Amino acid sequence: MSQTTSDVSQCFQLKSASVSLTALELYFFENDTFEATLRDKISQAPGFFKDIPLIVSLEKYEGPTSELDFFKLIGTCRRHNIHVVGVRGGTEDQRRLARNAALALLPAGSQRDTARNQEAPAADDAEQAAALPVAPVAEKSSEAKPAKIVTQPVRSGQQVYAPEGDLIILAPVQAGAEVLAAGNIHVYGPLRGRALAGIHGAAGARVFCQSLEAELVSIAGHYKISEDLQESGWKAAVQILLKDDVLVALPLDKA
Amino acid sequence: MGKTTTSASISTGLARRGHKTVVIDFDVGLRNLDLIMNCERRVVYDFVNVIQGEASLNQALIRDKRVDTLYILPASQTREKEALTKEGVEAVINELSETFDYIVCDSPAGIEHGAQMALYYADEAVVVTNPEVSSVRDSDRILGILQSKSRRAEMSQDPVKEHLLLTRYNPERVERGEMLSVSDVEEILAIPLLGVIPESQVVLNASNQGTPVILEEESDAGQAYDDAVARLLGEEREHRFMTAQKKGFFSRMFKG
Repeated sequence: MSQTTSDVSQCFQLKSASVSLTALELYFFENDTFEATLRDKISQAPGFFKDIPLIVSLEKYEGPTSELDFFKLIGTCRRHNIHVVGVRGGTEDQRRLARNAALALLPAGSQRDTARNQEAPAADDAEQAAALPVAPVAEKSSEAKPAKIVTQPVRSGQQVYAPEGDLIILAPVQAGAEVLAAGNIHVYGPLRGRALAGIHGAAGARVFCQSLEAELVSIAGHYKISEDLQESGWKAAVQILLKDDVLVALPLDKA
Repeated sequence: MGKTTTSASISTGLARRGHKTVVIDFDVGLRNLDLIMNCERRVVYDFVNVIQGEASLNQALIRDKRVDTLYILPASQTREKEALTKEGVEAVINELSETFDYIVCDSPAGIEHGAQMALYYADEAVVVTNPEVSSVRDSDRILGILQSKSRRAEMSQDPVKEHLLLTRYNPERVERGEMLSVSDVEEILAIPLLGVIPESQVVLNASNQGTPVILEEESDAGQAYDDAVARLLGEEREHRFMTAQKKGFFSRMFKG
């Protein structure tokens, strides 16, 4: 009966996707300084910046709005094969300027500030980026971010989140606690709570722990609860990885 | 669980060593501390009255009859616990700290407002736990709050110094596997052990009579609290009452 839908083959389908992007945190804009800084960054890791999408974060922008020339900014980036796709945050005026320059508008990031103090100096980015080809761990994210390191026990009711990279915990993760990371999770102590690695879909992410006593372990959305984890490696030092869409715990000493 | 019993004994212990000590009951609505300290008949004004400016601190403080360097600031039984405001508590604690060496805050159970107020201004915390899984889990939760919501955490100062006090410990039941052992609890919570208080009828009797257990000097529980206070003040004392006593000849005869 519904001829129209059967005759006309669908042109496209909308799917949700989460991709990690590089954000350029702009403090002020002056085209020559901007280009010089950009050139310097690119020289540290030329391969990494080739044809990458970039968003401009305005949350830390302190210069006058009138100096914010998006057309110049886009042009400069384009000359270096970087594609500005949108802006994040900013005042209403700044966002209107961005819109006029045909940029997408993204809401201000909420986890940024908590992640900030863990961020390594920019020079590290280059090293990480250069090391990327040999460590194809995070499939979807095209960049490696510095790991977040926690030295205190993660207690019941607490949550630790590494939105961009690995999470390293040098203490126990207690029952009732939750640790999440875009990349791998290392726990140098017993893992008694919940650990969710590869939360943006990195199926290559792994969870490492000194003693597996977890309530739940998840990698890229595939999870096992405590009951199912007891079968192998319980209370032992293991790594957990995804093999044919099934979580497998392998003893660390035999790895 | 033993928080109020412990507050009473620790504050009495500190005061007996000559330190001017005040113990504050934060359990608004369920006040118990004055019962255990046997001063419930002398309560005129309470903590909330002081916070709301209806009474001065001197009017509300009750001097202990046994140890004269010990004062009690009782909780209100009739007010809502929201009457404890951060600013009000701070003002009271600041005023008290001018004259007292130690301020012991007796926290209510749970992780609600009262408990958060009691721990907010803390420099040191004694976390009282029973050797059972649910109690240990709750303690873990409160340790997390100490690390994230205390003033020291919010101001990024040195963290609150944490101590573990295990109460109602019964070595025989641990041996039978009915209770967590000291090392189990230490291993799970990962904070230094201040003391182990053995499960004892003396504790119950003492609180019914309105005597802090630490004053029952002959009892193992009283001695265990005294050890804990000494350790809190930096003294080294060996842990006691952690192993089951060997049964004597007669008890073996009777129990087989």
